[in-house]
Amino acid sequence: VSRQEQGAVFSREAMQRLVERVVGRSRADGCQVTITAGVTGNIRFAANQLSTAGVVENATVEVESAFGRRHAAVSTNDLSDEALRRAVRASEALARLAPDDPEWLPELSPQRYVPVEAWFESTAQLSAADRAAAARIALDMARAAGDVEAAGFLVSRAGAQAIANKAGLFAYHRRTSANYTLTVRTSDGTGSGWAAADHPDVRRLDFAAVARRATEKARASREPVALEPGRYTVILEPQATGDLVQLMSFAMDARLADEGRSAFVGPGGGNRIGERIVDARVTLLSDPADADLRARPFDDQGLALGRQVWIADGVLRQLFYTRYWAQRHNRPPTGTPTCLRLEGGTQSLDELIASTERGVLVTRLWYLRSVDPRTILYTGLTRDGTFLIEGGRLARSVRNFRFNDSPLFLLSNLEGLGRTERIAGTEAGGHIAMPAVKARDFHFTSLSEAV
Amino acid sequence: VTDRRTFLKQAGTAAAAVAAASAGARTAGAGTPQGPAMDAATRDLLLAALDAARGAGAAYADARIARRRQNSIFTREQQIRNVVESESLGCGVRVLVDGTWGFAATRRLTRQAVTAAAREAVGVARANRAARDRAVEWLPAPAVRNGSWRSPYRLDPFAVSMEEKATLLLRANAEALRVPNVRFVSSALFFVKEEKSYANTDGSLIAQTLIRTLPSFTATAVAPDRSDFQSRGNVVAPMQRGWEYVLEADLPGNAGRWGEEAAQKLAARPVEPGRHDLVLDPGNLWLTIHESIGHPTELDRAMGYEANYAGTSFLAPPERMLGRLRYGPEFMNVQGDRSQEGGLSNCGWDDDGVAPDEFLLIRDGVLHDYQTTREQADWLRWWYERQGRPVRSHGCSYADSWASVAFQRMPNVSLLPGERDLSWDDLIAATDRGIAIVGDGSYSIDQQRYNAQFGGQLFYEIRDGRIAGMLKDVAYQIRTPDFWNSLDLLGGRSAYRLGGSFFDGKGQPSQSNAVSHGTPPARFRQVTVISTGRRA
Repeated sequence: VSRQEQGAVFSREAMQRLVERVVGRSRADGCQVTITAGVTGNIRFAANQLSTAGVVENATVEVESAFGRRHAAVSTNDLSDEALRRAVRASEALARLAPDDPEWLPELSPQRYVPVEAWFESTAQLSAADRAAAARIALDMARAAGDVEAAGFLVSRAGAQAIANKAGLFAYHRRTSANYTLTVRTSDGTGSGWAAADHPDVRRLDFAAVARRATEKARASREPVALEPGRYTVILEPQATGDLVQLMSFAMDARLADEGRSAFVGPGGGNRIGERIVDARVTLLSDPADADLRARPFDDQGLALGRQVWIADGVLRQLFYTRYWAQRHNRPPTGTPTCLRLEGGTQSLDELIASTERGVLVTRLWYLRSVDPRTILYTGLTRDGTFLIEGGRLARSVRNFRFNDSPLFLLSNLEGLGRTERIAGTEAGGHIAMPAVKARDFHFTSLSEAV
Repeated sequence: VTDRRTFLKQAGTAAAAVAAASAGARTAGAGTPQGPAMDAATRDLLLAALDAARGAGAAYADARIARRRQNSIFTREQQIRNVVESESLGCGVRVLVDGTWGFAATRRLTRQAVTAAAREAVGVARANRAARDRAVEWLPAPAVRNGSWRSPYRLDPFAVSMEEKATLLLRANAEALRVPNVRFVSSALFFVKEEKSYANTDGSLIAQTLIRTLPSFTATAVAPDRSDFQSRGNVVAPMQRGWEYVLEADLPGNAGRWGEEAAQKLAARPVEPGRHDLVLDPGNLWLTIHESIGHPTELDRAMGYEANYAGTSFLAPPERMLGRLRYGPEFMNVQGDRSQEGGLSNCGWDDDGVAPDEFLLIRDGVLHDYQTTREQADWLRWWYERQGRPVRSHGCSYADSWASVAFQRMPNVSLLPGERDLSWDDLIAATDRGIAIVGDGSYSIDQQRYNAQFGGQLFYEIRDGRIAGMLKDVAYQIRTPDFWNSLDLLGGRSAYRLGGSFFDGKGQPSQSNAVSHGTPPARFRQVTVISTGRRA
């Protein structure tokens, strides 16, 4: 299949035709079809050697059929007439056998979506040779330097998603993406640095700048000294902020709070919407049309997503309401957001460092896992560049720490905000823009020897 | 109460004894049910892909046509949340051209599409040739002419009706909801069937079918004044077994107890942080083994190949570690295999076409080997030759779908039981003061596998050899070698159990591996315990 043919597969018209081939066969009361199609290419290297690379083309059709309040979904990646017919019939047969779901709602009616431009031919046309050339920039730099080893991954994708139903809903979003992450380790094994870039337009990825930044971090982080674990003022770089703050979104479901099982439980019942929950400088929002984010403007049900403020000036304004929970509480549904932005301040990272008498600068966080959902307490570790700040300057490299802390505590103990930027590599993924954050009393509970 | 020295002696095992006593029943050999036969159309597509790869210049190629079926049902309280069946089918072709890898995959199962994928894979390899200066050393392996293997199961879960599955879950949910303060229950059944047809240019042709089963259940209790909520979950280990395993797990019969345990946690005492002796049950310890032994003994990690994502390993470089690094006490032996009964990573042949073997990663407490593939085993040639062992892959290659490239993944990695058949109760009775932990909870470990933190499901105070009430907010922090060297009591064969994960992530693009870890209960001395019950 040529690239042009592949591109045609992702067009709005092609998706509409495919939807019709599914919905047209439905005999159920309701039928939602979700199509995800794309071509992904990647290249991977480590220990200054290229390791693997590949190209994968796939397309998946999921059909959810409903009879009354009974529903079931079947998915396939075979787009032949016979396979699509089988998928529709199988979902109908399963739905007929399913018990009633008292929370099932009638199909979503047609929505209006904000336009989001996330397709760039520069990325869609990227070839295996282009990816290899991009990888060579860091590989050549590391080999020539002699004192470092590079490990990295570049993945580019062009694809589209469509969600449609029998009630006439049709949501369509096509996007390209390019994501590059790079770890540079010093040959003496004592230093490690990381840098990354992510954008729908591959021309916005500066491969040489990423390589320089990761290499500088690696060299600067050599021969770390051990600090006592304890409470420290920290400056989290935007990546580290995103690693932790993004996790709040998994705790922001209104229903969990109303049911008494989240950090947002209201003391006398209900939830904490309207309460001040963090520092007054904190504003957290989602906006698919934001030029830094360019996210899908609808959720997995096809519900339109616009600009939605979750926390404004430190006050919880809104939690995530599904259609069902919103209806029960007579509120508009928010759906589940596809992106997240923490508004920043005006200070540069250097200014935040200069304002700090003693503290720890954190490049990124790693292996974050929930410890206590009552407080959104997470544990995890610093990685790839952790430095002691003394007298407003980076004093030296320090050993990595394990932390046990919560994004709610972090944002309550706020001392300063940097400028917001799109970040590239949170563990949870997605479209995230975050500033550097300076906060007091961040809880490091033990040391790690890991480099 | 028996003192530590006596128990060390009683629990001690020699390597020779362990080799004979390696854990679990075997599924390989005569007991293996007849596997599937490869259909002619699939074989023709695979051979066409290999021909195209060779014709385009590949020195080696393998092709996999894999169908992955998933069946799942999710419930909460007395209702069904979702019923989902999915199927993904396609062909992936991997080629070695001039010592460089290339891979391409397509969902289109036509002769034209799979040969195009083969040629594209060669194109990718040629594009990459310029970016590598060390050729892949691909170890020979015997051809498997007509291999066929099926994971053992009595009842195919894909043939069980959705109604039966729903009824079972809703009955279990109802039992837990009877318990005071238990307000919410979520439960699910998740089944995977992999049907893989594989061919390589060595002449191997292999067809395999694998079924894996994951029952899940979580009960949540909420304090009447909304000041606290506590959950009990991770109650049943996933297994490479069929519907019979779900029936044996008896969710409806056990759900009331699980609900009561959730409710009891509301009244549990907060833990005193500090150093405590820990008695860990297999449901907790499997995950600690996974993170602190399973991952650091992956050879690709030790050699830096996962530096940009999953991380490296403190067991590096191998030449300074093998035969030298003391992992734990002399009675500690850890085995890699893909054959113990129910083990999630079991298979007849790996995705390099190699029959996996059983091997000791840790022998008598000392690092003895790493997990390997055909690409990697040669990196340890010096070690194997010094010991007079063959240089061969341990069969640890796996790709999680047709669209994924095969690479080194974890086999079942298990702590072998002690010589004496000590039970959980024996370990508790032998402990003056300590904490007993049941089930797995939160887990996190650094990128070289030194510093880890683990929670659990249920925590009990031990006083004078007895359980003395429930604790909460417990997490233990370890430094891997210190922790394993604090192991002083090992349970026996009767107490040996498998835990496991369906979703072990590694690689870029990230792939998911299913893996089991067998272990008896075990005791560890003076481990750092923190309280996670912060309020600000």
